[in-house]
Amino acid sequence: MSDTTVRHDVATARSARLTIEPPGLWKQVRTHVWRNIKHIRRMPEMLADVTFQPIMFVVLFAYVFGGSINAGVNYREWLLPGIMAQTMAFSCFVVAIGLTNDLNKGIIDRFRSLPISRASVLIGRSISSLIHSSIGIVVMAVTGLLIGWRIHNGFGKAVLGFALLLLFGFAMMWFGILAGSRLKSAEAVQGVMFTAVFPLTFLADTFAPAANMSPAWLRTIAEWNPISSLVRAMRELWGNTVPLAPDSALPLHHPVLSTVIWSVLLTAVLAPLSIRAFNHRTTD
Amino acid sequence: MTITTDARAARERSTGPAIEAEHLVKRFGDMTAVDDVSFSVPQGSVLGLLGPNGAGKTTTVRMMTTLSTPTSGTARVAGHDVRTDPEAVRHSMGLTGQAATVDEFLTGRENILLMGSLYGLSKTQIRSASDELLERFSLTDAGDKVVKEYSGGMRRRLDLAVSLIAAPRVLFLDEPTTGLDPRSRVELWEVLRALVADGTTLLLTTQYLEEADQLADRIVVIDHGRIIAEGTPLELKDQSGKAALVVTVSHADQLEAARGLLASHVREVHVDEGARQLTAPADGLADVTRIASVFDGSEIVLDDLGLKRPSLDDVFLHLTGRRAEEATEEVGDEVTDDTEPDPKGGRP
Repeated sequence: MSDTTVRHDVATARSARLTIEPPGLWKQVRTHVWRNIKHIRRMPEMLADVTFQPIMFVVLFAYVFGGSINAGVNYREWLLPGIMAQTMAFSCFVVAIGLTNDLNKGIIDRFRSLPISRASVLIGRSISSLIHSSIGIVVMAVTGLLIGWRIHNGFGKAVLGFALLLLFGFAMMWFGILAGSRLKSAEAVQGVMFTAVFPLTFLADTFAPAANMSPAWLRTIAEWNPISSLVRAMRELWGNTVPLAPDSALPLHHPVLSTVIWSVLLTAVLAPLSIRAFNHRTTD
Repeated sequence: MTITTDARAARERSTGPAIEAEHLVKRFGDMTAVDDVSFSVPQGSVLGLLGPNGAGKTTTVRMMTTLSTPTSGTARVAGHDVRTDPEAVRHSMGLTGQAATVDEFLTGRENILLMGSLYGLSKTQIRSASDELLERFSLTDAGDKVVKEYSGGMRRRLDLAVSLIAAPRVLFLDEPTTGLDPRSRVELWEVLRALVADGTTLLLTTQYLEEADQLADRIVVIDHGRIIAEGTPLELKDQSGKAALVVTVSHADQLEAARGLLASHVREVHVDEGARQLTAPADGLADVTRIASVFDGSEIVLDDLGLKRPSLDDVFLHLTGRRAEEATEEVGDEVTDDTEPDPKGGRP
């Protein structure tokens, strides 16, 4: 077969391909999500943060520290919403690291040279991270069921609890986008995010009751921590909690509402900042 | 080289230039990266943007591909203005950036699928297109392998294949062969020539003078953000003057004697002690025979004696007073944004 025939076929096909309509935003987002999920499948170790790590925390706290922590209730039941919230808070790591890598490798530039919406990259990144974290939530739930955690208040409230978790995860995405756009390397992201988010998840009503924290100002910070609202909300909805200390901070008296307010507030502040940081990073 | 009926049709359709830069200026703070750059590239031709690292080549390409906003001036791609209609520009061009920007955790085929779906092609269209592209770029066997396992040359070829999925009429290639071994470089040149034969307009930046010489119909030489010369490779070579006679002496201690001997037969002699080389202006092969017989009758042992036609390297030297490599060291890294890996690879 001659070279001419091949080349002619290619040329014909190529000109035929010119009459293509650009895809809608939803298809673009789906494509980005597909890519990110492929990454997880190629590198299952990426899932360590939502599998081994939280399981390790469950084991560590339920069996190692648990005996010494007085939560006034079955500690393992009480603990589980806390670890779920921590796992969700950490999901912003995934966004940040993925984004920084894409920026550094120039693939974002390639996307920007295509006739597609520039927001689709970020939306796709956020959705895949929520999927990523949801895997962690399922793993946590199964681990919890194995060690005695139960949902006591019926299906509707159970779903509402998970919905709040995802809502909070969505707010944290923006923090991930902000960090990923600002920081220059995956190592920097790891370092900064760990330093920022790790204490945030501990200085809350997650692993030990905030009510027992002293001095008093530490307790106040912990109780106003959005994560405490989220955790309290899940515990109330799932029936994993104890009566609230009457002198607790205001958000904990209305945990579901506070979680919604915190999430909206975080998004309202972080979304414009992170979009600005991303645009700044990608335009010159 | 085969020119298909399609390509011919595309050429006949041609009206204006495929790419036009009009007084492009880009400043980063006090630093002017691109300073009043204008040129135009006719459809179906190849323009080589030649210059050392940091000359402003990448910045120019980024402005023309809508990745960077010009401080002033503008550019048009396939008739669309990058300032007023960036969307249409993105529709009509493909870009292969400086680093091979393929996804290394996807397979070759999946990379093509990724870009194809972002362009809105259907699954079936992409399937047949990727078979063609993989075959064309000799990647059929590697198509289902993860790009992480690819060699540098394979990545580059895939990068190019991915840029071609939507059959752009205009293709920008930013240092397409940086970091490639000579063999992969020559292979890539072949692919690019085939593209041009199909009617694609190419703009490629390079710091390799040989590359511009090999591929480009016209060359724009850029240094410190300014255009310092423009023309066909031949025109540029003519500018830098005549051919040179190069004599390489075997023993360093005979270099001075050789210089003396040569100086009595030619107008002027340039000495490069490190290379044990003497260079003199020459008119043609007759000079080589003449000088060869002069050295034949002497005690001086020669490694080599030959005629060196002016290369674009000489053009650069002539235009800027320094060699392209020296310029690279002097100026340092390409000034763009800091998300780009810096192409440290010196000349081969």
